[in-house]
Amino acid sequence: MATLWFMIVAAMLTAYVVLDGFDLGAGAIYLIAARTHDERRTILRAIGPVWDGNEVWLLAAGGTLYFAFPQLYASSFSGFYLPLMMVLWLLMLRAIGIEFRTHVENPVWQGFFDVIFCGASAVLAIFFGAALANVIRGVPLGPDGYFFEPLWTDFRVGPHPGVLDWYTVMAGVVALVTLTAHGALYVALKSEGDLNQRARRIALILWPVQLALTALSLAATLYVRPQVLGNYREYPVGLLLPLIVLGSLVAMILTMRQRKEKAAFLSSSIYIIGMLGGAAFALYPVVLPASTDPSYSLTISNTAAGAHGLAVGFTWWILGTILAIAYFVFVFRMFRGKVRLQGGGY
Amino acid sequence: MDSALFLHRLHFAFTVTFHYLFPQLTMGLAPLIVVLKTLGLRTGEDVYNQAARFWARIFGINFVLGVVTGIPMEFQFGTNWSHFSRFAGGVIGQTLGMEGMFAFFLESAFLGLFLYGEGRLSPRAHWWSAVAVFVGSWLSGFFIVATDAWMQHPVGYFRSPDGAVQLASFWELVLNPWAWWQYAHNMSGAVITGAFVMASVGAFYLLWGKFSEHGRIFVRVGVVAGCIFSILQLFPTGDRQGVLVAQNQPVTLAGMEALFQSQPGAPLVLIGQPDMDQRRIDNPVEVPKALSFLTYRHWAARVQGLDEFPESLWPQNIPLLYYSYHIMVGLGTLFIAIMVTAALLLRNGKLFQSRWMLWVLLLSLPFPYIANTAGWMTAELGRQPWLVYGLMRTADGYSKTVSAGNGWFTLLGFMGMYTVLGILFLFLIRREIEHGPEATALAH
Repeated sequence: MATLWFMIVAAMLTAYVVLDGFDLGAGAIYLIAARTHDERRTILRAIGPVWDGNEVWLLAAGGTLYFAFPQLYASSFSGFYLPLMMVLWLLMLRAIGIEFRTHVENPVWQGFFDVIFCGASAVLAIFFGAALANVIRGVPLGPDGYFFEPLWTDFRVGPHPGVLDWYTVMAGVVALVTLTAHGALYVALKSEGDLNQRARRIALILWPVQLALTALSLAATLYVRPQVLGNYREYPVGLLLPLIVLGSLVAMILTMRQRKEKAAFLSSSIYIIGMLGGAAFALYPVVLPASTDPSYSLTISNTAAGAHGLAVGFTWWILGTILAIAYFVFVFRMFRGKVRLQGGGY
Repeated sequence: MDSALFLHRLHFAFTVTFHYLFPQLTMGLAPLIVVLKTLGLRTGEDVYNQAARFWARIFGINFVLGVVTGIPMEFQFGTNWSHFSRFAGGVIGQTLGMEGMFAFFLESAFLGLFLYGEGRLSPRAHWWSAVAVFVGSWLSGFFIVATDAWMQHPVGYFRSPDGAVQLASFWELVLNPWAWWQYAHNMSGAVITGAFVMASVGAFYLLWGKFSEHGRIFVRVGVVAGCIFSILQLFPTGDRQGVLVAQNQPVTLAGMEALFQSQPGAPLVLIGQPDMDQRRIDNPVEVPKALSFLTYRHWAARVQGLDEFPESLWPQNIPLLYYSYHIMVGLGTLFIAIMVTAALLLRNGKLFQSRWMLWVLLLSLPFPYIANTAGWMTAELGRQPWLVYGLMRTADGYSKTVSAGNGWFTLLGFMGMYTVLGILFLFLIRREIEHGPEATALAH
């Protein structure tokens, strides 16, 4: 049962990164790709009806994590206290950047919120990459299952690392590049004309960078945490995941060259799924490795909620997921196609 | 008090108090917007759709602030109250998890459609999107209140060997009687805020002499809803809530009333200052025997005072608890007086000409916010010293690894951030009200 919930939480977090990832990326390219007033409105209109729903995947994944692995929630949230609070502030700034900008038709007002929106989006992408890297690298857990990680120590990967070290900063850059390309492909899909061209060019320029960073992050992960190979040796079927990553990268460049906008965006989504799936596969059954002593690591068995609660939760979780997917399909269909700039709102 | 404990309590209290200013309006407005949309659909008059669009814009601004200030609440269970989460997550993870799966998805998906999809949807489909937003926001309220109700009155759990609590019965958790009365009382309070705000903006337009047609609709809908829910707030919901407190948390009741000595035929104190040193109420204005009657339906019944309980079980801040409770009840009584008077004037067709009554409605805008805040303070201060009543003390629940210094850093950060958000909010709302309902364009 705990294994099932591990997969569910991993799947929900992946759904969050794929969905909110494109509007974070759209935010990161916002100032570069969209030059005119109408182009900026097009980007906002493209993500406007969906960004909040996308962000709910983070909340729902958090709620599910809390429900299924309360001990992990307690330990990781208090341990990552400072960076999580900063994520909250960035999420706030970004939300008001999107939503408050359009209320006042004034270039000074709008220029201010444009910078807030773009900056917060880019920094959030870096934070999420660094967060994942912290979970892979391990944190200084004590014997009681708690820790408190400073923002940085000596930027080295040791038994007492900080939230930021060379490995997690690198992962932050990987996340920024990946989500920026992902967002650019989404903007291309939803726009026409100059904006569409610029968005496609950004994704094309980023592709070799993304390829190089993928290889680099893989090598760095093997250096920092060689144990990640354990599961791949034991269950070689997991090797499909790196193949998916490689295949989707190739598909991205081919579809971009052929101007297949939807296929390119889907390839980028599959790339993200492959990367995160690969990380989750490597971690299992550990959910938070200890950098101090491997026996302090948090695993699915020492953090899961009671068996009865997990079984009951599965019933409502299935029901809730079917409903959520139905809403998403409905809303994305309602707002499908290229953005047209008539009428009010954004 | 331990400085880290004090800090973590203040951190949660500050962020949740600011947060709840917004959901109480969105949860209160959502059913009223459905009423406006229904009137528009029935009569076919566009003025109702304009009215609904205007309130949807106010709703939208409030919703954004409710979401961005709400995410920190879910986070703080882990960041600032990790020992509590480790202890209780096996039970309240159920309600918090369900809130995400059932309420947030529904609300966020359909709010986008409701705010930006009117041009793409048929009038009936747009009406349904308003209903979905209403249901989503009220579901969210239920799961949060059910979580708090479990902390007030834990049910459906068992203690596992490691000391934490785990779920024993899902239905006992969801059907907790405390949850249902607290939910009814809380949602009625939210509708009161929505109704007063709507009536207040309507009264403003009528006194201003602009957008009078919309102003009359706002006042009418606000006064009718406000009248119904102000009465429901007292009876049965408030009354039942009081009985539950008397039965399950007698020391809390004694603290709320600042009743220091047990006595038969206990009086109800209307005004007076609790004197903790002398253990009495200074300058009391009281109704003899009324507390006994309200609690036990019997004028001579004996009510337990604080003297019957060891001081270690007293709520720590009795004066603040006493004032919160008395402000809530006092304002609630005032709301009934205002709304019943306005409803009578409305029935006789004199309300729109009674400038004094319109002034009263206009100026009463802040008071439902104060009453709702005071009500939550009563619930949360009254539960002290417990975090989970009878099971875990507040002093044992906070994150021991997060020092007071780190906590102050983020608390000050939130204070700065919320000051900016509050200023932006007031600025945008003022603009919307000044632009008025006619200026609201149809979104495509």
